[in-house]
Amino acid sequence: MSEETSWLLGRLDASALPFWDALQHPTTPNVVNAVIASGAGAMVLLGALAAVVFLTWTKRWRWLWREWLTSPDHKKIGIMFIMIALVMLARAVIEAVFMRLQQAVGLDGGFLTAEHFGQLFTTHGTIMVFFMAMPFLTGIINYVMPLQIGARDLSFPVMNSISLGLTAAGAAIVMVSLILAPFSTGGWSGYPSFTESATNPGAGVDYWIWAVTLSTLSSTLTGINFAVTIYKRRAPGMQWFRLPLFTWTALCTSILMIFGMPPLTVATALLALDRYLDFHFFTVDLGGNMMNYINLFWAFGHPEVYILILPAFGIFSEVFSTFSGKKLYGYGALVIATMAIAVLSFTVWLHHFFTMGQSAHVNAIFGIATMLIGIPTGVKIYDWMLTMFRGRIRFSVPMIYAVGFILLFVLGGLTGIILAVPSVDYQIHNTLFLVAHFHNMLIPGLLFGMLAGTNLWFPKAFGFRLEERWGRRAAIGWIVGFMLAFFPLYALGILGMPRRSAAFFEPAYLPWTMAAMVGAVVILFAMLFLLIQLWVSVRDRHANRVPGGDPWDGRSLEWSIASPPPAYNFPVIPEVHSRDAYMRQKETGGGAHPRPDAYGDIEMPASSAMGPIIGIAGFLMAFGLTWYQWWLVVAAGAVSLVALIARGFVRNATRVIPAAEVRREHEAWIATLDSLTPITRADEQTRANRGLPASPIEGAVQ
Amino acid sequence: MSSTTVKHPGLNLGHAHGEAHEASEELVFGFWVFMMSDLILFGLLFATYVTMLGGTAGGPGPSELFELKSAFIETTLLLVSSFTFGMASLALKYRTDRKVLVAWLIITLLLGLAFLAHELYDFHKMFSEGGVPSRSGFLSAFFALVPLHGLHVTGASIWLIALLGQIAVHGLDTPTKTGLMRLAILWHFLDVVWVGIFSLVYLGGTA
Repeated sequence: MSEETSWLLGRLDASALPFWDALQHPTTPNVVNAVIASGAGAMVLLGALAAVVFLTWTKRWRWLWREWLTSPDHKKIGIMFIMIALVMLARAVIEAVFMRLQQAVGLDGGFLTAEHFGQLFTTHGTIMVFFMAMPFLTGIINYVMPLQIGARDLSFPVMNSISLGLTAAGAAIVMVSLILAPFSTGGWSGYPSFTESATNPGAGVDYWIWAVTLSTLSSTLTGINFAVTIYKRRAPGMQWFRLPLFTWTALCTSILMIFGMPPLTVATALLALDRYLDFHFFTVDLGGNMMNYINLFWAFGHPEVYILILPAFGIFSEVFSTFSGKKLYGYGALVIATMAIAVLSFTVWLHHFFTMGQSAHVNAIFGIATMLIGIPTGVKIYDWMLTMFRGRIRFSVPMIYAVGFILLFVLGGLTGIILAVPSVDYQIHNTLFLVAHFHNMLIPGLLFGMLAGTNLWFPKAFGFRLEERWGRRAAIGWIVGFMLAFFPLYALGILGMPRRSAAFFEPAYLPWTMAAMVGAVVILFAMLFLLIQLWVSVRDRHANRVPGGDPWDGRSLEWSIASPPPAYNFPVIPEVHSRDAYMRQKETGGGAHPRPDAYGDIEMPASSAMGPIIGIAGFLMAFGLTWYQWWLVVAAGAVSLVALIARGFVRNATRVIPAAEVRREHEAWIATLDSLTPITRADEQTRANRGLPASPIEGAVQ
Repeated sequence: MSSTTVKHPGLNLGHAHGEAHEASEELVFGFWVFMMSDLILFGLLFATYVTMLGGTAGGPGPSELFELKSAFIETTLLLVSSFTFGMASLALKYRTDRKVLVAWLIITLLLGLAFLAHELYDFHKMFSEGGVPSRSGFLSAFFALVPLHGLHVTGASIWLIALLGQIAVHGLDTPTKTGLMRLAILWHFLDVVWVGIFSLVYLGGTA
């Protein structure tokens, strides 16, 4: 970065290239780090190039624009969110392996510079929270929730597309920082005063601020969209206590997004004011107070934990119930527990900084509040176990993740109770014990949930099942890899090893860091198995098709329609009479797939370019702000403003699907159903599974 | 659901408006939810401001910088604009010709712009007295909270101009009506936030 700025490029110059420093000062560590950083940048460039070549080669640009990027369809937007999540997951896992490798050889040094290591743990955390977990859960809720409540789309489909654009822009900013470096070294929480311009004048923190801000705006809009949809778009008869539990958790997560995201917007905006306009919110001089940042950040950060975990709880509830062939045990208790967790999540933020100078009384209150959250969570664990009790359990892939989750999550919860005791926290805060704890919550809690959800709903979205064998290998790989990688970190934390250490000088740490390294390699293999699973599934898709749409003998409305569902989801909006609406329909002999008496024209939202426009403009604004290219900021800002105003003048933003077409499609599907052979649950994992389960009336014992 | 039920909090158009009344249920409810989210931003900035009151770092404080008279004029402008927007909403609901509606909207817009002009003049005066945000934590907090409100008023004014344009192009169709319903909520919301700013920042600072 140079002090002199040009009007065109701002602060951007050749020194932003990841190998520039090594060319100027070719010492061994510099060259090693430059090779790694440039390799990563080259992978981003090659990946982007490969995508462009592929799209041009197969002449798919128009298809991409028309069918996907401008589509307001919640199902397509959901799939695109999940694709962003998977790409970012791959990058962040590779970064994790590098960090484990560094600490495995990090006695008295290691091969990474402290600067490089700092960027690794910052991008790893930022990506995993904002660009893996958030898009993953947003994508799954996007896809599944409207289907579960019997709706045709979200309340605000174009705003949904804008949310996708903003998340994509944020993810792209993090990716670009590999080519035009550096990214922040301030950790995912970006505490000042380290991140202030006085101590950290480079572009890194600015990249972080704008990437996170884009993600936050996206999630706020998403939360509003989901909540309004659940309040206003439920099918007739879908009363509150008939909602599938996944939809309940989606609602609670949305409410947390609505109230929990603004504090982060404030925190990053004020930090930006400090850095760009010389304000003094968090500086060490002139009346600044960095504790304000820390309070604001965790007023977001703790609800965020539950934003991440609640949808996974919802997915596990569906998994336990479906694959045990039983209705969910303690539905009411689970709903109340979910709500209780959502409310309590706003009352515990201070436990993230017990050691930062509050009185013992304040710490005690927040410590107790923290432990209270263990109660509703415990209720949930028992409810899930009792759902399995005397059920006819099938160990399909989602169930393996779910059982792994229960065992590991309880362990992680117990270490959380340990950390919630302020006096103990004084000993182990800021050590790897904490790192082990939150990974123990988030990998089994969030990631296993998302992967279970992917395996559960993939056949709904694409019309064929994911391959079971590689799925099982991936699941077991994740479970074993997680244990190997993170249990040693508990020991290291108790031995006193600080988190975020690039190097250490205590030989006693070495066996544990080596063990953790092995775990990271196992996780890398689990990632590879996931890719193989996807590849094998796509290759064998014809053998694993489930045109019947109900491969797991499902209980909620999404299983009552074709796989993949038509654009309008339901040919006729269903009427709901009970919980587990579709299972009841199958049980009461009304027929799993009744022919409606009449069809109506269906009005659906028309495609809109707003999502891509706002996404691209958002990316350019963030990039311009990071590198002080003011003309770009003004231009991109003007484009967004004009686009938003122009959008208000658009009329006829809907397209109509005629009743005759709906009838034709639906009757074609019914005809397909008639040609299928129903299967019992025992054959669920075989190729006989065509998505049509035997009626429960005929075969109660399967 | 019968057409006489209240579809959402605040002024409902009523069943005489048919499609617009039905459509506003989801749109206006959604906007209320957005307002709740936005209120968190202001709430946190209020809290930050209060904690930083002492952080003047030897620079000018509230009693040197704030003028109650000026703040009172701004308050009056904004409160009256809220009243005139209320009149516009009533015209939207009960009158068939749009002249009265447009007239009230233009008066509202002018009052909003007058408020902004007066606020900018105030900031200018504070700057000339050394009250710049880079001077102290206290001034930083002031210049995050109060201009954020001003920025909202600017955004609302742009929206109002866009809606006047929509009325000119499309007439009073459903999207224009529901747009006005939502802008009305934003406008009154900004009034409420300003009452908070006037009481806490200006009255509290000069008392």
